[in-house]
Amino acid sequence: MSLIDLANPTRFLALAARLLPWLALVTVVLLAAGLYLSAQAPDDYQQGATVKIMFIHVPNAWLSMFVWGVMSIASLGTLVWRHPLADVAAKAAAPIGASFTFLALLTGSLWGRPMWGTYWEWDARLTSVLILFLMYLGLMALWRAVDDPTRAARAAAVLTLVGAINLPIIKFSVDWWNTLHQPASVMRMGGTALDKSFLIPLLVMAVGFSFLFITLHVAAMRNEILRRRVRSLQMLQARAYSGSAPAGSATGQIAGAA
Amino acid sequence: MDLGPYTSFIATSYLAAALVVVLLIGWIAIDYRIQKARLRALEESGISRRSGRAATDLQ
Amino acid sequence: MTALGALIRRDIRIALRIGGGALIGVLFFLTVVVLMPFAVGPDLALLTRLGPAILWLGALLSSLLTLDRLFTADHDDGSLDLIVMSRTPLELACAAKALAHWLAAGLPLVIATPVLGLLLNLDATATGAVALTLLAGTPALTFIGMIGAALAVTMHRGGLLLAVLVLPLSIPVLIFGVAASQAAIVGPLPFGAPFSILCALSLVSFVIGPFAAATSLRNGLD
Repeated sequence: MSLIDLANPTRFLALAARLLPWLALVTVVLLAAGLYLSAQAPDDYQQGATVKIMFIHVPNAWLSMFVWGVMSIASLGTLVWRHPLADVAAKAAAPIGASFTFLALLTGSLWGRPMWGTYWEWDARLTSVLILFLMYLGLMALWRAVDDPTRAARAAAVLTLVGAINLPIIKFSVDWWNTLHQPASVMRMGGTALDKSFLIPLLVMAVGFSFLFITLHVAAMRNEILRRRVRSLQMLQARAYSGSAPAGSATGQIAGAA
Repeated sequence: MDLGPYTSFIATSYLAAALVVVLLIGWIAIDYRIQKARLRALEESGISRRSGRAATDLQ
Repeated sequence: MTALGALIRRDIRIALRIGGGALIGVLFFLTVVVLMPFAVGPDLALLTRLGPAILWLGALLSSLLTLDRLFTADHDDGSLDLIVMSRTPLELACAAKALAHWLAAGLPLVIATPVLGLLLNLDATATGAVALTLLAGTPALTFIGMIGAALAVTMHRGGLLLAVLVLPLSIPVLIFGVAASQAAIVGPLPFGAPFSILCALSLVSFVIGPFAAATSLRNGLD
């Protein structure tokens, strides 16, 4: 099966059905290993046992950016090649990415309570993640604002790409703003070089969470393809009931063609 | 395993992560069932795809 | 070139006419600034300290308020379709429209700043600094906001969606605008560094804004 075949939604469904059990298995094994290794990891001399929160915080923070990257590539596919599967990929990724971003914020603030003494510190990294979270929510609002999936996909693709260009600028601005206002005494997240005893569990967890994202993403894409198929069939049904079948319908959906 | 004075924060983090992941999985699984059920209902009402294949043909 | 000139002239004329709404932005700006003392108390020292931030937030919100009109009026009467179909590149047409919008709605905000600075007890240097940073920064707000306006018009949804999409993207402009004003007033940072980054943000938005807006208009209108 070549990459071109994947472009066909029906072929994608077949591949997804075959891949999903294996992806799920790899995810479970990796996450189980990661959890075991994090439980075994020693306490940090500065952060104490709270360093264990980092083992979930860092993978989620990494995924929050990675998912936006995936959506940006999919958006290019939407705008340049007008590829319907790219729409599906971008739309399915957004809620998953938003969930990971939310987890990164939540675990970050739970880490901050013992370390900083407050749940929320206007720390540069947390603030950037918060802005990213707002952008995810805005993107999801845009997806919901229109019911024609093709038009919503193109609008969302423009916003995703603009976001991808702006995210480094926002990150830079927030870092700069933070150094302007931050008292030097506050301990920064992950400021010191990581010891190997922390790095290995962290890496395993990061790979595990990445596989979790891939698994969920493939499954969510499958749902989205089915949803569009339902939509186009319902339109066929409505047309059959109304009796007048106009030629060249407006439903340029993949599901109809699939 | 002694987690020191901040056990509740660590436990909350792990539980929250587990909860969000379970919610995601549950949402995706339920969504899959709903879409399949709708396709089956459409199939039974006699609507066929333009390709002529069954609506519930996922392969 | 004449087509673009005509477009700019037309947009400015529409915006300045009664009901066009550009000057309502200034009125909104004034109202936001007047509201602030009621929220934080009439303590002049505090207001002086918060002055640049209040002025910048007011300008940000009022430029957002008028952005809604950038494409909707043209979309409603069908002239937007003509602009999209015309031989002038859509990117340039978008840039021209944004420029006209800034001249009609952004520039008045900058001109109103000295008057509002008096209300917040800002001295001449501080007012000048805020006005200068607004002059450099409001074009960026308009050009970034144009992306949101183009998306919103293709969705037939304005207002809130536009604000939700645009505000996170305008955070860098806000950061450097306020930082440059503060640097000019209290230091210790030199004024030049944040101000030149602010100008750079504006220049970047001149490139990204028209292209993104044109793409979304081309894809979104049917």
